[in-house]
Amino acid sequence: MRWVDEFRDAGTARRLAGALARSATRPWTVMEICGGQTNTIARYGLEDLLPEGMRLIHGPGCPVCVTPLEIIEAARVLAQEPGVVLCSFGDMLRVPGAGGDLLDARSRGADVRVVLSPLDAVQMAANDRGRHHVLFGVGFETTAPATAMAAELARRLDLDNFSLLASHVRVPPAIELLLSEPEHEIDGFLAAGHVCTVEGLADYPALCARFGVPIVVTGFEPVDILHGLLMCVRQLEAGRHEVENQYTRSVRSDGNPEARALVDRVFEVADVPWRGLGVVPRGGLRIRPAWARFDALRRFDPSLPEVTEPVACKAGLVLQGRLVPTDCPEFGRACTPEHPLGAPMVSTEGACAAYYRHRRHAAFDERADR
Amino acid sequence: MTDLACPVPFSDYERVVLAHGGGGRVMHRLIEELFVTAFDNPHLRAQHDGAVLDTPGRLAVTTDGFTVRPLFFPGGDIGSLAVHGTVNDLVCCGARPEHMTASFILEEGLALETLRRVVESMARAAREAGVRVVAGDTKVVEKGKGDGVFITATGLGRVLAPEPPSPSRVRPGDAVLVTGPVGDHGVAVMIEREAMAIESDLASDSAGCAPQLLALLDAGVDVRCLRDPTRGGLASVLNEIARSARAGIHVREADVPVRSEVADACELLGFDPLYVACEGRLVAFVPEADAERALGALRRTPGSEDAARIGVVTEDHPGTVLLESPLGPSRVLDLLSGEQLPRIC
Repeated sequence: MRWVDEFRDAGTARRLAGALARSATRPWTVMEICGGQTNTIARYGLEDLLPEGMRLIHGPGCPVCVTPLEIIEAARVLAQEPGVVLCSFGDMLRVPGAGGDLLDARSRGADVRVVLSPLDAVQMAANDRGRHHVLFGVGFETTAPATAMAAELARRLDLDNFSLLASHVRVPPAIELLLSEPEHEIDGFLAAGHVCTVEGLADYPALCARFGVPIVVTGFEPVDILHGLLMCVRQLEAGRHEVENQYTRSVRSDGNPEARALVDRVFEVADVPWRGLGVVPRGGLRIRPAWARFDALRRFDPSLPEVTEPVACKAGLVLQGRLVPTDCPEFGRACTPEHPLGAPMVSTEGACAAYYRHRRHAAFDERADR
Repeated sequence: MTDLACPVPFSDYERVVLAHGGGGRVMHRLIEELFVTAFDNPHLRAQHDGAVLDTPGRLAVTTDGFTVRPLFFPGGDIGSLAVHGTVNDLVCCGARPEHMTASFILEEGLALETLRRVVESMARAAREAGVRVVAGDTKVVEKGKGDGVFITATGLGRVLAPEPPSPSRVRPGDAVLVTGPVGDHGVAVMIEREAMAIESDLASDSAGCAPQLLALLDAGVDVRCLRDPTRGGLASVLNEIARSARAGIHVREADVPVRSEVADACELLGFDPLYVACEGRLVAFVPEADAERALGALRRTPGSEDAARIGVVTEDHPGTVLLESPLGPSRVLDLLSGEQLPRIC
């Protein structure tokens, strides 16, 4: 048996769905924060297994989706600087900036390369000292340690041809922002297991207490998610609002202190913009002044055009969980994975793309019924 | 694979130079001592501008271009791939592959030793597939204007199926079969290309599929449609057929054979194995009444021991492929919008 098989087991999933149906006496609404979880929910059709009336809201935990347009533009502009190699994770390549995406820039001659690990970019810089390598480091607390490690390695190798275009964001401040919205409809949260693998659970008890919501740290396989939902619903039914850990095979309550220390050496917490949410207080990381030589924006100071979001795109509402992707008038019409209006239609972790790929027939059936 | 063939002293050069495509003595020596020697047959030996073939009956013809990086990967190389890809397109027409032509675009600076390995591998694959390479061409492009070797091939085959397989013959109720696990080729190439630190014995499935076609025809199976799931993988092929047949296809995900190495590598990269290329598999549509016989015939054919029935053609949702998740609910299995890209986390 493979390592994931038990977490995709149909029998276990059905038992959990049954327990969920027996436990829920009210139509609870739960937000899964992470796009990886959204993708699993859509891919396995988990919403079809939920009790009548129970609703999932898809949160903003898609790194591609929340990376600000300004940063995407900066990546595109930097990629076009002579002598620059832009190293990026694969799914950033198709995100539309104001003047096209990175694949488009590459077809016009920019040197844009896909790396599987930030350390690969450092290696490339060490092997090719004649060109400057910019690592486009994005993502949540999960990927920040690897970006920080790349910076450390570059410093150890004394590379002068390596820098970071970093846009790392932090999940708990975004949860706080969503819950501070007076009209939010969220009864409980599934927190992102991999974020907590690094960060631990320390940030969450205060949120549970202040807003009266249960938060269950949850994994990414279908059985994990149904189990997390069951734990969340049981808390709601019992009137509890605590932090619980479903993803015990990966998350320790103190997380990974070494990884956090590494991030802390290179980055400091800052107020940063999230695409779709606006500026989130303490919602991200910026490179510490001591590491300025590795900050691509300070090194190149690229002149960036004014950027505005397409008017028709409702990605902001989708990212805040206030609009189901299929209810967007442009979904599947003006906005498709071939011609995305907004980032959530690009990434496999984006709610719009997940719905487009996996749930479209349901949406079209409903539209046809109307 | 250990190459036991003796190196052929076909050139005084170690690398491809523009003169190898220039029409002079250097080019002729390359053609005679490498290509004609490796692909040896009367048509090539005649050294004419083309080959005159005596092939009665219905012919199937196909053409295909081959580019792959790296040129050599576990389980094959661009030479064997060019044969298998061409041969399998003929097989999908219900034809036994017999002849092919090959055009080589060589990049200046390519090691001639590399070219020799590619050509000899290609010749070996052609012999195994029972195909003669009867005509060819070589061009050389300046350094930086190619990726080592590009190969374009044309294949000719004799149609054996009483009614050639075609999407238009697909009917509701037909069983959908696949001749082995999917995604091996794409993942093997990816692991090699990215020099990923994955310990794996995984090899490409690259192979000619004529034995599978012959096994089906010998068993008296009415092969309604055949397709090799190359670029875009199984999911894309099923979508193409659903659209051209104007039929629905219902696939059970749990029944699609995927090797655990392929599933794990895809997990890591954020890929879906159903969209990853195969180079030695067929998707077969056969009448329900023939399905078990077809599976038996395939499973007795070396290389398709793991053939499986993965779904059924439906009257519902014409043009759309639905994938039933192992947990029960179904979803649309769509065409990809572009290529799959490795994800962030």
